Amino acid sequence: MAKPRVATASLCGCFGCHMSLLDIDDRILQLVELVDFDRCPIDDIKEITGPVDIGLIEGGCCNEENVKVLQEFRRHCKVLVSVGDCAINGGVPALRNLVPLRECYEEAYLRGPSVDNPSGRIPDDEEIPLLLDRVVPCHEVVRIDHFLPGCPPSADTLWAALTALLAGRAPELPYELVKYD
Amino acid sequence: MTNATITLTVDGRQIETRPGQTILEATEAAGVYVPRLCWMKGLLPFGSCRVCTVRVNGRPQAACTQPVAPGMVIENDTEELRALRRDLIDMLFVEGNHFCMFCEKSGNCELQALAYRFGIAAPGYPFLFPQRALDASHPGIFLDRNRCVLCARCVRASRELDGKTVFGFAGRGAGRRIAVNGEDLAHTDAEATDRAVAACPTGSLLVKRIGYAVPVGRRRYDQEPIGSDIEPAAAGR
Repeated sequence: MAKPRVATASLCGCFGCHMSLLDIDDRILQLVELVDFDRCPIDDIKEITGPVDIGLIEGGCCNEENVKVLQEFRRHCKVLVSVGDCAINGGVPALRNLVPLRECYEEAYLRGPSVDNPSGRIPDDEEIPLLLDRVVPCHEVVRIDHFLPGCPPSADTLWAALTALLAGRAPELPYELVKYD
Repeated sequence: MTNATITLTVDGRQIETRPGQTILEATEAAGVYVPRLCWMKGLLPFGSCRVCTVRVNGRPQAACTQPVAPGMVIENDTEELRALRRDLIDMLFVEGNHFCMFCEKSGNCELQALAYRFGIAAPGYPFLFPQRALDASHPGIFLDRNRCVLCARCVRASRELDGKTVFGFAGRGAGRRIAVNGEDLAHTDAEATDRAVAACPTGSLLVKRIGYAVPVGRRRYDQEPIGSDIEPAAAGR
């Protein structure tokens, strides 16, 4: 029987949740026995290649590309998991929701103390994904099946949840593994 | 009357209480935890958060304000009330800006601890991301209204314990907010040692220059759910 396929992506996150996944130490050897990875920043596959059993999403949605990737994951993943506070509530990037988008752009490209931009233009190349007016958690964009809070969720949290999902169970975590920080 | 006891029933179990106690005090003395947020030992009850809602003879009541009476039949740990309390905590999270990941209060925060106890992995309501003012003017105290749940513990503690009136409310409805008795916090008689500052259940009032003093894993609610100190160790939840 083919191994279950796992895909992961970091949307508007800091890759900390992926680092936490690598932090499972030698259990990573068990993991490669248990699953095959599809699209994932660790194997550098850029697009999902086929049906996926478990999708792990780090980060919320701050731009149109995040939304497209998230929708792609929802289309292909039987089970989709929001991993970490950014996916669940926007996290640190959502601090910009308290500032108008124009002010964010002007601070980043025009007024910031380290900005050197003689043209005085805000970049608008079509290659650059357009920012959403605010950062939104993943479950406000697509249906999400499970949530693993934490900044990041600990390696033990990720391992407990992954092994439960691979066994066909919902991840029911003990008290000390559910944290918002 | 002073030696009289009152018998009431909590989730099918009979407990003995004294006249003059509230339901919250009586159940706590009997080792039953009724979740609460705006209530604080030593302050007059306020009854604003409704997290301690129980059913008394079928009617919803705030356990922190309702005195005991003979023969009361109280429901506390029921699916309906757990769902109600969970929803209240859920709403407090989406109505404010609670960035737990960098909050100095994280791990010691009662709002967060209630969410942990209720098993909230993600909110059920859309985030509002409201605009709230913060006040860093005071040399020793930081006031961040983004994290305020309007429990009035600082308002009451300032008045009842500190003998001051540093904090109060301004505005109504969704515009209600904590106000200070001066142009800003620096222009009040607030001190970092005030009981009002320590009374805050969230990170809305913090003493400056303490930071993340207790390491992760050793903070108040890292290992044991809020309320564990009230429930006998063997009691399952």
